[in-house]
Amino acid sequence: MTTRITVDPITRIEGHLRIDVEVDNGKVSKAWSSGQMWRGIEKILEGRDPREAWSYTQRFCGVCTTVHAITSVRAVENALQMEIPLNAQLIRNIIQTAHAVHDHMVHFYHLSAVDWVDVVSALDADPVATAKLAESLSDWHLNGPHEMKAVQERLKTFVGSGQLGPFASGYWGHPAMKLPPEVNLLAVAHYLQALDVQILANKVVAILGGKTPHIQNVAVGGVSNSIGHDAPSVLNIERLMLIKNFIDKLDHFVKSTYLTDVPAVGAFYLDWAGIGGGVNNYLSVPDCPQDTKGTQFDLPGGYIDNGDLASFKPITTFNDEYFRDGVAESSKHSWYTGDKALHPWEGETEPQYTEFQDDGQYSWVKSPTFYGKRAEVGPLADVLVGVASGNELYKKYLDQVMGTLKAVSKNPDIPLAAVHSTIGRHAARAVRCAVMVDTLKDQWQKLVDNIGTGDLDTFNPPEFPKGEIKGVGFHQAPRGTLSHWVVIEDAKIKNYQAVVPSTWNAGPRDADDEPGPYESSLLDNPVADPEKPLEILRTVHSFDPCIACAIHMVDTEQKEIVKVKAM
Amino acid sequence: MAENEFDFSGLEKRLSVSRRTFLKFCAGVAASLGLPGHAAMAMAAAVADPKKRPPVIWLHGQECTGPTEALLRSEQPSLEHLILDLISLDYHQTLDSGAGHQVEEIKKKSMQENKGKYLLVIEGAIPVKDDGIYCKIAGETMLDLTHEAAEHAAAIVAYGSCASWGGVQAASPNPTGAQGAPQVLKGKTVVTIPGCPPNPANFIGTVLYFVTYGKLPPIDEYGRPKWAYGRLVHENCYRRPHFDAGRFATEFGDEGHRKGWCLYKLGCKGPETYNNCPSLEYNNVGGNVWPIGVGHPCFGCSEQGVGFEKPMFSLSRVLTHAPPNMFPEIESREDVSGMSTTAAALTGAAVGAVVGATAMAAKKLNEKEGDQD
Repeated sequence: MTTRITVDPITRIEGHLRIDVEVDNGKVSKAWSSGQMWRGIEKILEGRDPREAWSYTQRFCGVCTTVHAITSVRAVENALQMEIPLNAQLIRNIIQTAHAVHDHMVHFYHLSAVDWVDVVSALDADPVATAKLAESLSDWHLNGPHEMKAVQERLKTFVGSGQLGPFASGYWGHPAMKLPPEVNLLAVAHYLQALDVQILANKVVAILGGKTPHIQNVAVGGVSNSIGHDAPSVLNIERLMLIKNFIDKLDHFVKSTYLTDVPAVGAFYLDWAGIGGGVNNYLSVPDCPQDTKGTQFDLPGGYIDNGDLASFKPITTFNDEYFRDGVAESSKHSWYTGDKALHPWEGETEPQYTEFQDDGQYSWVKSPTFYGKRAEVGPLADVLVGVASGNELYKKYLDQVMGTLKAVSKNPDIPLAAVHSTIGRHAARAVRCAVMVDTLKDQWQKLVDNIGTGDLDTFNPPEFPKGEIKGVGFHQAPRGTLSHWVVIEDAKIKNYQAVVPSTWNAGPRDADDEPGPYESSLLDNPVADPEKPLEILRTVHSFDPCIACAIHMVDTEQKEIVKVKAM
Repeated sequence: MAENEFDFSGLEKRLSVSRRTFLKFCAGVAASLGLPGHAAMAMAAAVADPKKRPPVIWLHGQECTGPTEALLRSEQPSLEHLILDLISLDYHQTLDSGAGHQVEEIKKKSMQENKGKYLLVIEGAIPVKDDGIYCKIAGETMLDLTHEAAEHAAAIVAYGSCASWGGVQAASPNPTGAQGAPQVLKGKTVVTIPGCPPNPANFIGTVLYFVTYGKLPPIDEYGRPKWAYGRLVHENCYRRPHFDAGRFATEFGDEGHRKGWCLYKLGCKGPETYNNCPSLEYNNVGGNVWPIGVGHPCFGCSEQGVGFEKPMFSLSRVLTHAPPNMFPEIESREDVSGMSTTAAALTGAAVGAVVGATAMAAKKLNEKEGDQD
């Protein structure tokens, strides 16, 4: 018997996402991913000053704050083929790595953990046994029995109030929940502690960015922060040392809780290492530029075909032609006219709303391809590309997570291929978070050292030529490969398009009717109770969806938005 | 109520904070709300009351989740205290454990059971063009959902510029007909907390006022709480003395910029934007952490008609007084001590003009406020 399930809204994500599945004999046989909101920000950008595009594009998303600001100025700088001061690169790098640490932590502990952790079951845990388990995993100082007892008491009071708020709808006691009470209590304790720690990552972003969400130190040509020792400039040794203080605390938490919690929880869900694999093609772009031109990067990028690490092809500079020429977007199954896949600089988009059509149009998200193929982006792609490129940091932390997973599950034979899965995406995100913390420390040191050489520059003024220029900026954002594409004419924006991580992953079927990463990954997912589709949430959440980002539009020919057909 | 008349033992356990810390927090909130000393105790008592926490229904329209993300960074109090101890967050798409029809049913149930008693928070704009099809949740348009939830709400708070006046997607040509909650809910009182995103303290302070006194704080004609939005950024900016003295940065990284001079000539919209950024700052790290504090002009993200509408680098309309145009060039005032006699004379004249202009502006401002009150 086939059952159709519509989950709308998908919660614990950014934005408005609807997922439909058909379930046959307890397993998903067909899936649809549908974005449910459209704003038209790129349309708004037409005719505006390219120097301020970042302030609009950053508002694509408040969860992925910073990323659309930095990528936007990179796109305009690329169009101008201009260099920016090294200090500006490093300040942007610190902001983006600190933001990534916050983003990954929050995704695991606050947005997705309750897919795996039964909060109510934690009430039955023995706090002393929980502490013993926690202390066997790491040296985190808040793992003791008093802490565990206090957390459990707090939880009892909350549940006893009868007002469960956002937890009232949880899937407590669901047959797919498999953690022992002690692991559940441990996870709840770290859920609460992580809320405090993620604030520290945001303080790093705020000191340089002026505030977060939505930083304001961004400028085409560099950053607005002035550095100086002989004037009350905005960035000085006191601010840099305050940043360092927060970085050290983040380092401790990420290495001794996040990096151990994910494999410790994952060990009880090894079946999910065989579920949720997606399209198996992976795309990542290099990041953390180390020179003024953007030709040297600390984080590698490239493409992996069909899960085969030997197929790795690198992407190496901001002017990389292999990347620039490979991206196209299709809107055959999206609520826009046209059905061919087009390059972002050539794209055409006119809204054409039709309600939800299973075999026709059903989403505001478009479907990007890389040389005609769907590709998954995000931490799993970044980690695989990192390992394939021989990056030592990625290898080190992936080995560590796999080691903990094998030890806790007492299963020494888990293959690396297990990462192509729902649980693998969570493991990869933890690995990437550890890489981000180390990179953050490194970028901070490089900034301090560079200032020490007497280089105080943070800004090169942009000069816009007459006529048309084109640029692309990219960024390895927390959710994966992000690129902004801009066409500028006489110093005004003529055309703007963002191809964002959640567009790559959440897109509907493409011009060849091939399903996207979300849709592919849902196939064969078990669904124990169609009324409570917890398993669907598990796989969709593993991508860390961000739907406001995913939906945008471009209009190359200055057309008015045509009438929308509401059927 | 005196401090010793209230039993805080339950509170200490429930909030996992000491009585001292909690009272300090309440006193801080009361002070920033401009309330008398005993208000802090009333506020503490209201929050510490173990009776039902006030239910909150939170809708997301066309938004980026920035305002919710801002709450995640809040320490006054933390999101954890807010949702575990202070309010009952019965519907919130970013935080709800369940999904789909489960959360929709819980929302309807809470709205039914708490008719006339729940607080409605709206995050994001409401697209009204083409019958609202540009934003749908559970098959319903945000437009319909907003009207439905507003009908029996005890109070409505629009959190963020999008919900307050449309925000970024309402910028010209406003492709989806995005509007703020006050425009959609004509005739209803909507408290607005504009900002992109706003300082979370402005939101929480307003919610706590409501929780404590059962009514909304004093607001201006745009629904903004006066305690947070009663002054121009320009009026409390730490760079204001440079404006008055005619010292301006003209480009990022130039001498004036490096010395922390006024950003007016870079297009700063502080002179026409009402917000408390300069006094509250952001993310609790001190040391001038707010947009102007990192050397960037304010672009009026909270001000309708300014943010996402006026070009970032165009000169602001100065609501207090315009800077005198007889100031010497930047180059001739690099070093005040080494100033030429002519420059010094000009500066003296300029300062005199400014003092006069400021006095006039202050007079006008007082008159204007008097009219409003």
